[in-house]
Amino acid sequence: MTTLPLRVGGLSWQVRPRGIAVTLTGLVLLALLMALNMRIGDIDLTLPEVIGGTFDVNSPAHFVIMELRLPRALTGALVGAALALSGAIIQSIARNPLASPEILGVTTGASVTVVAGVVGSGSVYGGVSGLLAGVGIPALALLGGLIGAAVVYGLAWRRGLDGYRLVLVGIGVAAVFTNVKFWLLTVGDVTDTGRAMVWISGSLNGRGWEHVAPTALALAVLVPLTLLGTRSLDALRFGDDTVAALGVRMNPARALMILAAVLLAAVATASAGPIAFVALASPQIALRLARSGQPPLLCSAVVGGVLTTAADLIARTVFSPIELPVGIVTAVLGAPYLIHLIWRSRK
Amino acid sequence: MRLQAADVKLGYGDRLVVNGLDLGIEAGTVTTIIGPNGCGKSTLLRALGRLLKPQGGEVLLDGKRIDRIPTREVAKILGVLPQAPTAPEGLTVADLVARGRHPHQTWYRQWSSDDEGAVAAALDMTGLADLAERPLEELSGGQRQRAWISMALAQGTDLLLLDEPTTFLDLAHQVEVLELVRHLHREAGRTVVMVLHDLNLAARYADRLVAMRSGRVVASGTPHEVLTEELLREVFELDAKVIADPVAGTPLVVPIGTRSAHVSDSA
Repeated sequence: MTTLPLRVGGLSWQVRPRGIAVTLTGLVLLALLMALNMRIGDIDLTLPEVIGGTFDVNSPAHFVIMELRLPRALTGALVGAALALSGAIIQSIARNPLASPEILGVTTGASVTVVAGVVGSGSVYGGVSGLLAGVGIPALALLGGLIGAAVVYGLAWRRGLDGYRLVLVGIGVAAVFTNVKFWLLTVGDVTDTGRAMVWISGSLNGRGWEHVAPTALALAVLVPLTLLGTRSLDALRFGDDTVAALGVRMNPARALMILAAVLLAAVATASAGPIAFVALASPQIALRLARSGQPPLLCSAVVGGVLTTAADLIARTVFSPIELPVGIVTAVLGAPYLIHLIWRSRK
Repeated sequence: MRLQAADVKLGYGDRLVVNGLDLGIEAGTVTTIIGPNGCGKSTLLRALGRLLKPQGGEVLLDGKRIDRIPTREVAKILGVLPQAPTAPEGLTVADLVARGRHPHQTWYRQWSSDDEGAVAAALDMTGLADLAERPLEELSGGQRQRAWISMALAQGTDLLLLDEPTTFLDLAHQVEVLELVRHLHREAGRTVVMVLHDLNLAARYADRLVAMRSGRVVASGTPHEVLTEELLREVFELDAKVIADPVAGTPLVVPIGTRSAHVSDSA
């Protein structure tokens, strides 16, 4: 945990060279993975064609890259980053490496409303497929995510917020939501549930600029805000009395950071469905790579982008030409990791 | 008066532990609160340190209501070491102590040379400079407690509230921590309020004792005034002889037995 002081006039910071190095390396890796991802499609492109298509307006691949492949790749990277950042915040507040936006009710809440929407609208969904699928689903997901978080928060609040109570209430609420979702899938029409299943696995298929924009906007607003809150987040890892003694206004600080985490996870889920494990694993991977005491926020976000993009690449190539939803791959990779975490915490 | 409780009512939820208590802490003194388990001494200390909001009455810091002063400003005047504090896993001593600078920092001034100096001075004062890079869990109980006190010192406050700073420590480490407290008081004129269980150590290291029972202050004054055989009977239900400590001359409590044991003896 080596840090160097950085002082300019009256301003001063502590910088972790290792954290910065990991973050920058991650960004390079992310760009590379995105480029590899953009090669794949109806017509496979070479890496130079991808790069030419991205930066050269006159390139023959320009249209395909800009309209189809770049937005999809960006959605993956941004959604991964948002989920990871959300996870990093929640793990710090809950003081628990097993915490993630799932326990805040965001992803499970979104799943319930989306499945209800798809199953409930039936043929209407197909009828106005463009509009309802394109705008209605993300809107439903956002709504469900926020409702889910509000339910968890409301039940967990008792004259203040306790990390452990939040986790326990979150797990309970998630179980209820998950079962409501399964019930809806059981009573729904087969074609409708089929459509719903793809969404609730978490998929980047067919994502365009309309998915990039909201996630990018959320990140643009919330990343600076959460970085400003880093110091509070750092203090919040201590016992409540210690935090209060240090002059941190605990409940407002906690509530603001949780709100940021909820919004990040909800927007990400609205864009790509509930992609599993990215929010759980990325902060812990970043923490180990950067060798810091708590999940480093920016570094976690970059790791989240890398993980999601890599998983999408695997999802599209392993059973080519069949493309799996990215959420299936993250779940398959994430499950052993979760077992490892639980195993370690038992020892 | 640095710190004052005026008719405070304290409790958790509906359960009132302290119902209308007055107490004043004078500048430059070491005050120790004593009393049997559950008498409300820790509750009172938490209220004095604005960790617990009174359900009635008020706490005054330098004559102003503590809940009307921004908590960050309070943290620059008053340091609190809570009972059995917890730190994140793997944290080093230096990292812990650096956390004490939190109230002095902003997002654009996160590690000034003042911060660095205060942390180094705090580590020096508690004799932990050599252990600065060690993780907390590798330290002995006494060293760990000194690390937490260093954190409160790095905060740079001249008012310190310590909740049972000697719990879980063997006698040698208890003395070590209390010697440090005395040093802080004598060298820098800090005002200290602490909760202690050991009456003899309390008598030796405090200027003033406050004896509590059932949420009330039964007696307060110098150790000689407070630690009497009558008070021990009244507050602790303990029959004891009080003699002069052969080392410091302060009152020394030598227990005979509890009142309940006596009753059954004579029955």
